Amino acid sequence: MVLHVNGEKRELSNDIQTISDLLNHYKLTDKKIIVELNANIVDPSQHIETLIQDGDRVELVHFVGGG
Amino acid sequence: MEGGHRMWERYSRQILFDGIGEEGQRKLQNKHVLIVGAGALGTGNAEVLTRSGVGRITIVDRDYVEISNLQRQQLYTERDAIDRIPKAIAAQKRLREINPNVEVNGKIIDVTVEEIDQLVSDVDLMIDATDNFDIRFLINDTAQKHRIPWIYGGCVSSYGLSFTIIPGETPCLSCLLETIPLGGATCDTVGVISPTVQMVVAYQTVEAMKILVEDFESVRRKLVSFDLWNNEQSTLDVSRLKKEGCPSCGESPVYPYLSYENQTKTAVLCGRNTVQIRPPKKIDRDLHALVKQLEKQGGTIEQNPFLVTYHYVDRRVVFFKDGRVLIHGMKDIVEAKKIYHQLLG
Repeated sequence: MVLHVNGEKRELSNDIQTISDLLNHYKLTDKKIIVELNANIVDPSQHIETLIQDGDRVELVHFVGGG
Repeated sequence: MEGGHRMWERYSRQILFDGIGEEGQRKLQNKHVLIVGAGALGTGNAEVLTRSGVGRITIVDRDYVEISNLQRQQLYTERDAIDRIPKAIAAQKRLREINPNVEVNGKIIDVTVEEIDQLVSDVDLMIDATDNFDIRFLINDTAQKHRIPWIYGGCVSSYGLSFTIIPGETPCLSCLLETIPLGGATCDTVGVISPTVQMVVAYQTVEAMKILVEDFESVRRKLVSFDLWNNEQSTLDVSRLKKEGCPSCGESPVYPYLSYENQTKTAVLCGRNTVQIRPPKKIDRDLHALVKQLEKQGGTIEQNPFLVTYHYVDRRVVFFKDGRVLIHGMKDIVEAKKIYHQLLG
């Protein structure tokens, strides 16, 4: 499956079916994160059930403390 | 003060820039910016704003310069690290050298509710250059209460992000995060490279300029993030996340982070393997008397006008004039408190 993640084309395993799977893949599950799927922000409570498909545009922004 | 002609010459390239012009330059000169933190983001922001001719800059920090800061904290020198000069003092000195027309004030303080309320009394903008979310939520509530814009910035490794928060318009940090994030990567666990810092500084300072010249229309309303090493970037429209019931910026705000119970008295500093202890009340510590007291207990003592460093067995303990104590070489707060009481009674 090909996704556009933060503007870059990424070839990902077809096992990744939901937003939660994608966050797992990027090891972002325990972080404060905002997910946008095809220009719509996805509520965190919907990450488990929101399906992603070939060609989707995903933006993942996590908050970091350093400075 | 420089005369009018030389003054304009100094800022000529910026005045030629459409977005600023002479009117914008005059506005910059009448503004006061508070920079919270004088680490990587703080020194970067402070240098840009000092060179640009902002009227007044107050920069606050609780720590002193260490050798590991020099790779990215652009105002400091090797000498500052060797002498353990407090960052607020070293930054103030360098910024005044860069542009004596700007009124720069460095303050060695650990910002809590009490301090921030005094600091913001006549401030037009706050820049977040801190390294933890406890203080950011404090900045966020203060900004909402006093209706002061602030600019969040964060970075680790090659990843960074920024968001501009304008009270009454944009979502606030509580809207975006709801609660203070715990744990996560820090500069001390996964490192950070200087270009990441510079990129966040660029995003923060350009927003600062827009706000200071009062060009609010040009303010970037989106959350911007990037990973410089992995060639990723993203801008997110987060306006939908503004919450009517937000405890910080909603219809009936309670500013939860300004209440005493939510304050940290003892803190483990961002991955520094250091515990900071604050006395319950602010004190003006007599460093000479302290040195005499410590001499009786053995160990070695070093001193500069701002702090005393005491080497005690395998520990390094640093005492500041404002009463704070940093105990290096540990993350255990209970153990740190024990040492604190052993040394100070």
